[in-house]
Amino acid sequence: MDYAKVWFVFWAVLWAGYFALDGFDLGVGFSGWLAADGEEERRSVFASIGPFWDGNEVWLVTAGGATFAAFPAVYAGLFSWLYPALALILFSLIARGVSLEFRGKVQAAAWKSFWERTAAVSSFLAALLFGVAFGNLFRGLEIGADGYLGTFAGLLNPYALLTGLLFCAFFFFHGQLWLSFKTPAPVAGKARRLAGGAWYALLLLAVLFAAASYAYTGLSANFLVRKYLLVLPALLTASLVAAKLLLSRGDPGRAFLVSFAGIVFFALTGFAGIYPDLLPSRLDPEFGLNVYNSASSPYTLRLMTAVTAVFLPVVICYQVWVYRLFRAPLGSEELRKSGMY
Amino acid sequence: MDTLALSRLQFAVTAMFHFLFVPLTLGLGWLTAWFETRYVLSGDQRWLSLTRFWGKLFLINFALGVVTGITLEFQLGMNWAEYSKYVGDVFGAPLAIEAMAAFFLESTFIGVWVFGWDRMSKKAHAAAMWIVAFATNMSALWILLANGWMQRPVGYVLRNGRAEMVDFMALLTNPYGWLEFFHTVFAGWVIAGFFVMGVSAWHLLRKNQEELFKRSFGAGAVFALASSLLVAGVGDLSGINAARNQPAKFAAMESVWETRSGAPYALLTIPSFTGEGNAVEALKVPYALSLMAFHSPSAEVKGLNDFLPADRPPVLPVFFSFRTMVALGGLFILLSGAGVWLWRKGRLQDYPLYLKVMLFSIPLPYLAIQLGWIVTEMGRQPWAVYGLMRTAEGVSRTVTPAQVWLSLGGFTLFYSALGAVDFWLLSKYARKGMEG
Repeated sequence: MDYAKVWFVFWAVLWAGYFALDGFDLGVGFSGWLAADGEEERRSVFASIGPFWDGNEVWLVTAGGATFAAFPAVYAGLFSWLYPALALILFSLIARGVSLEFRGKVQAAAWKSFWERTAAVSSFLAALLFGVAFGNLFRGLEIGADGYLGTFAGLLNPYALLTGLLFCAFFFFHGQLWLSFKTPAPVAGKARRLAGGAWYALLLLAVLFAAASYAYTGLSANFLVRKYLLVLPALLTASLVAAKLLLSRGDPGRAFLVSFAGIVFFALTGFAGIYPDLLPSRLDPEFGLNVYNSASSPYTLRLMTAVTAVFLPVVICYQVWVYRLFRAPLGSEELRKSGMY
Repeated sequence: MDTLALSRLQFAVTAMFHFLFVPLTLGLGWLTAWFETRYVLSGDQRWLSLTRFWGKLFLINFALGVVTGITLEFQLGMNWAEYSKYVGDVFGAPLAIEAMAAFFLESTFIGVWVFGWDRMSKKAHAAAMWIVAFATNMSALWILLANGWMQRPVGYVLRNGRAEMVDFMALLTNPYGWLEFFHTVFAGWVIAGFFVMGVSAWHLLRKNQEELFKRSFGAGAVFALASSLLVAGVGDLSGINAARNQPAKFAAMESVWETRSGAPYALLTIPSFTGEGNAVEALKVPYALSLMAFHSPSAEVKGLNDFLPADRPPVLPVFFSFRTMVALGGLFILLSGAGVWLWRKGRLQDYPLYLKVMLFSIPLPYLAIQLGWIVTEMGRQPWAVYGLMRTAEGVSRTVTPAQVWLSLGGFTLFYSALGAVDFWLLSKYARKGMEG
């Protein structure tokens, strides 16, 4: 078995899992205030992600750690070449985390509104920048024989910005779907309407993204050669349509699960498009970092496969258990006891 | 400054800031779990009050520990790309395992503990805190096995232009990593013990909820005394370990310049500020340094003159950090020992001066643990991986000084603000006292 190829799949799944999980936290973070009026409603918005966001963010830490262990050259390249973008993502994630933790610690209105604004701005920036970063991955970076030749301004190209907006729209939709069944009636009702409206923007951006990917990137080549891969964008399309139908039929819980699958299929479509590269080069395919020239040794990959096969299913089991444990929204007595809100 | 100097400074700033929050978490989790277990077993509401009070302080502190940890992971790739490429095959594995085996556990179950009071049995709720405490300490294990590999690289070969792992068990059983783990974790427990004693002392001085705060003071004192003794014991072993595996580091810790057997220990040593040698070397105890370094009076201790200047760590910061840390370690045993004794006699409130000292001692173990890391990491210089890769070789080639200036400035401002807010919140909730 070629473990480098196995690890490409793990790598893709870990990032997809991160986007689908933290996607709704980030979406709630930057768009939740649109569905909430007054302190009581805003509290229920933040409480809805309270028990989960921290565990979701570890998917990012794991995706990062797995990149380090399985594709060290990719880890080094991705993080040092995109240095300013990564620094901004870090600042955003730190600000997002502390704003969720600090918001409820002092009862003054000015304190709360300061951290709510911080949560909104930082969550939006994180979502946008992840989109920009992965848009550049899908598009290919200016990698030459001696490494990276691009600039930070070059990362803000139209295609990457379009991907960034698509991420934001997807997380907005995803976050509002979450609020539609995890908050009390007035918030949930507003969130349902917002999700319904956001869906059209999401669809438009998704179509634009598909067209731009076809016209300006090499993303489609793999799908034309290996036709069975088309199942991924097909499932993405089906998820988008199904999410809207379920939402219209008044079932936001299932719509959320379908949108979760949609984000996973979206990420997997992108990764399938760049395979066997992890960091493709726009200048010459030779210079891209791929599963052949950037993977760890077979020994390390085998070890990491065993570790992942043991631990990741366990992690998924207890995280599912936690989602079931907090299925019903937190009551006000519980929030008081938590001392968090 | 160039990218190398700036990247080192940024790593130091962000790692030391991160390590203001992590060590308290390492110990306070166990204490909170212990208080909650006493509550579950006895049904005594006073234990519940203790659980909720210390648990809240745990959480305020925990928040910053979590968010500042991601910086350290990202930074290895951002600023140390050459390092990451060269050793990622070995070094990446323990980091990835840490995320999967420990960090997931702690981050998921902290949410269960905070929000789950009414959703599970009391036993299960207490179990959630035990899981959090266990997982935070396991996180430390994997991180320190990774760091231990940088101190004493094992289980690898040089192949394909990089270090490749050939023996994971060697990494897993690397004594350097395990000694660092126990020394760090016990030091974290000392911080938690002194934190609990100090905050309790503040309330006892004000005759505030005395019965409850005497309880927590006692728990903190016993925990701190046991941990101070353990940390000193492991410290002794760590000294031998450094002398054996990193003789240049050990020589810098003691500012020893001449290699000799049966080396004496100079109680009063002041390294020369201008270059080589010591300005003052007095009050020599015969054979003591050889005894400390190898537990044998006649053993040979290597001096810094045996190493080219380019292969020596910076002596002054390593030497002074080490001496101060050791002195503080002795002080912790005395202070916590006195605490246990006064608590058992029930006479804490008769000694307000002692209580005041304990309040102002809260920062001391923090200082000691930071100094310890200065010894460990500066003492390893000029190597990133001892004997294998120099720090200067590990820095990213494509990152410009301007980029690091910006990120370093950003981190400094941002972290200062966050640190100030978190400190203010901690003291606000610490002073508030317990609910009912």
